[in-house]
Amino acid sequence: MLEVAVTRRAGDFTLDVTLAAASGVTAVFGPSGAGKTTLARCLAGLARPDAGRIVLDGKVLFDGRTNLAPHRREIGYVFQEPRLFPHLDVERNLLYGAPRGADPSDVAEMLGIAPLLARRPGGLSGGEAARVAIGRALLRRPKLLILDEPLAALDLRRRHVVLPWLERLRGAGIPMLYISHAIEEVARLADTLVLLKDGRVGHAGPVADILADPLVAADLGPEQAGALLEGPVAPGQDGLVTVRTAVGAMQVAGVPEGARHARLRVRAEDVIVATEMPRGLSALNVLPVRIAAMQDEHGPGVMLRLEAGRGALLARVTRRSCAALGLAVGRDVWAVVKTSGVARADVGTAP
Amino acid sequence: MIRLPPEAWEALLLSLKVSATATLLSLPLALWVAHLLARGRFRGRGLLDALVHLPLVLPPVVTGYALLLLFSRAGPIGGVLEPLGFGLAFRWTGAALAAGIMGFPLMVRAIRQAIEAVDPKLEEAAATLGAAPVRVWATVTLPLAAPGVLAGVTLGFAKAFGEFGATITFVASIPGETRTLPAAIYAFLQVPDGDAALRGLVLIAVAVAVGAVLASNWLAPRIAARVAGR
Repeated sequence: MLEVAVTRRAGDFTLDVTLAAASGVTAVFGPSGAGKTTLARCLAGLARPDAGRIVLDGKVLFDGRTNLAPHRREIGYVFQEPRLFPHLDVERNLLYGAPRGADPSDVAEMLGIAPLLARRPGGLSGGEAARVAIGRALLRRPKLLILDEPLAALDLRRRHVVLPWLERLRGAGIPMLYISHAIEEVARLADTLVLLKDGRVGHAGPVADILADPLVAADLGPEQAGALLEGPVAPGQDGLVTVRTAVGAMQVAGVPEGARHARLRVRAEDVIVATEMPRGLSALNVLPVRIAAMQDEHGPGVMLRLEAGRGALLARVTRRSCAALGLAVGRDVWAVVKTSGVARADVGTAP
Repeated sequence: MIRLPPEAWEALLLSLKVSATATLLSLPLALWVAHLLARGRFRGRGLLDALVHLPLVLPPVVTGYALLLLFSRAGPIGGVLEPLGFGLAFRWTGAALAAGIMGFPLMVRAIRQAIEAVDPKLEEAAATLGAAPVRVWATVTLPLAAPGVLAGVTLGFAKAFGEFGATITFVASIPGETRTLPAAIYAFLQVPDGDAALRGLVLIAVAVAVGAVLASNWLAPRIAARVAGR
């Protein structure tokens, strides 16, 4: 359990954050310059807050008088760059922070880096180096693992190779603070979401709730907004599977083979709203929903929160369509989602 | 093979002993000072920097005279050491001290540059992996700075080996005790039939200097390759 309340001023930027992170993955999400890395560095002891308190599992790391050095904090830190030690081979990098006699093979196996143990970091690809850095921080047996945009230095393709390894990491049982400005990473990994903006916490709560909030969607920007759906996977045909989500069964592609549980992010822009049950449509997912909230955006768009069952979708439509169709809160409509509207990158496995 | 008088061999061996002692004993201090200058944030850092460079810019004879004042039987340090039997004035240990002090700035400069070139981000990473500052230094900073440390040791050794002014001022030129190779060359210059021995000593001086540089050049890429992870 991590409890944080810190302030730190640097120039005209002020970080003023209060948050608590329990088990699972807490994502700290925000645009660059929001103070994400400053917050992470304060937690790890690499930067000193001006005031406040940082407590991890009941142990005071910082409270103005106490300021534990980084090596005494038991916080693992995966930086944006791998920061591997160039003079040590992969195995010795992995074991650098591990207790004496630790065996790196389990972690190496989990991260798919077992064949690299004898190699030097200089010869690793970006994705391999990122995974070694993650393994090294894990083997330190931290009480909290901070991942500060570990994928930021990778190109898009490598990012999608490493993401599934991070999903597996969630099973390791170490509380994680995942720092990112990429909503699709957050959507795939987080249990709890903390939105950071201009050094302050905007919203915080369970990730699915936050992402389905039209007010938050306005903050994220139209391209980023989208609801998160989760559910058990039922095998299907033609390369598709059925995911039983809270809003209904969804036909999607791209769920990793053997996954029993999937997590989908449905972008608000990819949802079409119809006032009647559409016919002769190629889209496979047509869900009956009720408009629960409408949020005007700056510009031509309106963000709709569409509820069904215990879940919700977000849909972004134009103000003109809203007027033409007479969309209003409380009205029953149909939400249409193309199978390909759930991008492969937005399909992940959940624990 | 050049035939050298025994005094010349004696001077060579003494010089090797003096400069090796000077280099080895000043290395730990040089590492510490270089680290303070490269990474330290404290008041008086500029003063320390200037102090370290002093022997480089002072006339060597002034350095030697200062040592003489401090370490002679009547001096503040010598007055304490001499009765204990650790006196340095007019002893080979004094020659080593003078040589060490003259080589110190060169050693510190090279090591400091090497430490400054080590990415502090790696040191941060080591700290978050639970390594205390001493361990970070020994397992990350020092190995990565090793090529520069080697360069510093070579420079310091070469400077100590060739040191003349401060040495002869501080400990004079006593055959077998403080007559180092440069002092011997100077002594043979003063005698009428010293030409043959002189040429031999000069050749040896050149050979030692070239040998030190060659050894360093042979080692440096091997260390650098290790450090670069190839």
